[in-house]
Amino acid sequence: MELLNVQHLRTHFRSAEGAVRAVEDVSFRLETGKTLAIVGESGSGKSVTSLSIMGLLDKKTARNSGSITFGGRNLLTLSEREMRKIRGNEIGMVFQEPMTSLNPVLSVGRQIGETLRLHQGLSRQAARTRAIDLLRLVDIPAPERRIDEYPHQLSGGMRQRVMIAIALACEPKLLIADEPTTALDVTVQAQVLDLMRDLQKRTGTAIILITHDLGVVADIADRVIVMYAGRTVEEAATADLYARPMHPYTKGLLATIPRLGSSLLPGEPARLEEIPGQVPSLRKPIHGCAFAGRCKFSVDLCRSKAPVLERKSEGHSVACHLADNGVSA
Amino acid sequence: MLNFVVRRLVSTIPVMVFVALFVFSLIYFAPGDPAALIAGDQASAAEIERIRLSLGLDRPFFLRFFGWLGDVLQGDLGVSVFSQLPVTTLIGQRLEPTLSLMVMTVVLSVTIAVPLGVVAAARQGTWIDRFVMTFAVIGFSVPVFVIGYILSYVFAIRLNLLPVQGYSPLAEGFWPFLKSLLLPSVALSGVYVALIARITRTSMIEVLSQDYIRTARAKGLGQGPILFVHALKNASVPIITVIGIGISLLIGGAVVTETVFAIPGIGRLVVDAILRRDYPVIQGVVLLFSLGYVLINLCIDLIYTLLDPRVRY
Repeated sequence: MELLNVQHLRTHFRSAEGAVRAVEDVSFRLETGKTLAIVGESGSGKSVTSLSIMGLLDKKTARNSGSITFGGRNLLTLSEREMRKIRGNEIGMVFQEPMTSLNPVLSVGRQIGETLRLHQGLSRQAARTRAIDLLRLVDIPAPERRIDEYPHQLSGGMRQRVMIAIALACEPKLLIADEPTTALDVTVQAQVLDLMRDLQKRTGTAIILITHDLGVVADIADRVIVMYAGRTVEEAATADLYARPMHPYTKGLLATIPRLGSSLLPGEPARLEEIPGQVPSLRKPIHGCAFAGRCKFSVDLCRSKAPVLERKSEGHSVACHLADNGVSA
Repeated sequence: MLNFVVRRLVSTIPVMVFVALFVFSLIYFAPGDPAALIAGDQASAAEIERIRLSLGLDRPFFLRFFGWLGDVLQGDLGVSVFSQLPVTTLIGQRLEPTLSLMVMTVVLSVTIAVPLGVVAAARQGTWIDRFVMTFAVIGFSVPVFVIGYILSYVFAIRLNLLPVQGYSPLAEGFWPFLKSLLLPSVALSGVYVALIARITRTSMIEVLSQDYIRTARAKGLGQGPILFVHALKNASVPIITVIGIGISLLIGGAVVTETVFAIPGIGRLVVDAILRRDYPVIQGVVLLFSLGYVLINLCIDLIYTLLDPRVRY
């Protein structure tokens, strides 16, 4: 069943130096209980997309167009009051920075229970009991004790578990996780991803995982969207994307994932590959393909005409003039 | 916690001794001879000398200081040169109006200033923000006695709503008490409101840009709980600090306010004492204010621990 349908989402910010085109025409769908990964570098528009879904962008400077249909309603047309009933209730969100995303002066129990009291009308006592259950659910040891502690008494991994507990408190239909593991140690990253996958199985929530790290995507996502400079450049089922990446940018990203022992193999480069250059400025309109300036395959056509996202095989779309010939070989 | 309170109280002892020494030497080195003042214009040199001996003014500085300090520690602040009444009695008579004025000013100021600062921060850059900041500048720059006379003219003389001057003790009824203090405390709160509102705004603006405020919004919380629970509690440490520091402003302001509104408080007592070189009274009042200030700062340190769990002593 379709839970979320984003069509032609465009987000521009007003600034002193003119408009910043953070997101240019992004479309995707997400089914109940599935996981979609949105991958891209800083400035690719992936976080802005998630904040648009939550309605958390500053309305004074951000302009959205297109549509975000969630459970039959277009979120972009809802009032702030209606959005408040959805946030934290039907859509939960986990942020990148566990060290700063929890309120330092409120107890863990208060911060989890607050959502329950707000959206489910639970009493103080009932919210506390449920909060202890949630801490247990996210594998925090001694939850009866931890519930009265404050964020500074918890490690980074535990704080992110608490964030997940807050996001999942009201059993949302959709969980948006914006770089949930980026700030964590590698071992803790794996634990948090395992936890999210495990919780998804139990609660049936759909997940949008936003990350710059294709390495974490493989285990958890059903489908992947690769974003570049505010545009979707490739979309495919996860296994398909890893096996047959079509866009030069996706290939570049895959090449940046370190593989154990790769430098020892004959015929493999000893040095980890990188994508040369930088994301183009979003303050000026981009003519042609946004990636053309960094692409080693680019031809004149790339610089004059923007490629459209085209379906190349079952469930696999790419926006590249050269995707059919040469490049994908 | 208790350990901290005890340690803090003990650590105030050297501070208070220093204050006592300062107060004492200030008077000691001040020009003018109290003995001559007491004796009057027609007194002979022998008479003045006799008074000087009886007051112990001929003894060396430190002997006089420790003698005085010993008395103070026993609760004896000496006797007023002018009225011959014990200083503690004089202060006791004047304490209620001043304390009432200060408490009312603090309550009034905090209730007005904190919401103003919060709203200004939440609506940063809008006309509400500019209005609050303009108001704060006026509060800072207009002297207490000017505000006092304007208020008194408008509300007491023109509109006849409140008494022009004077103080009605709490024992004689709450309404007259409140009415007699309303104009003085509004006049006195001008600077204080401005100070607290500005700090609240600055502190809130910083807190509102923090990640945990975004988390609170992502939970679906409304503007009210976000501002007054999630943000204000985080912004409160500088606000509480300035409320405490501002009390020293109030002490100075109370002297002026009591004069404008003819309130028989400590401020008037000390002004009269200075005019008459009534040293024991001046010393007693300054010591009392210093002790009050030290205790208020101790309270503020304790309030920090309630507001921010990361603060531990």
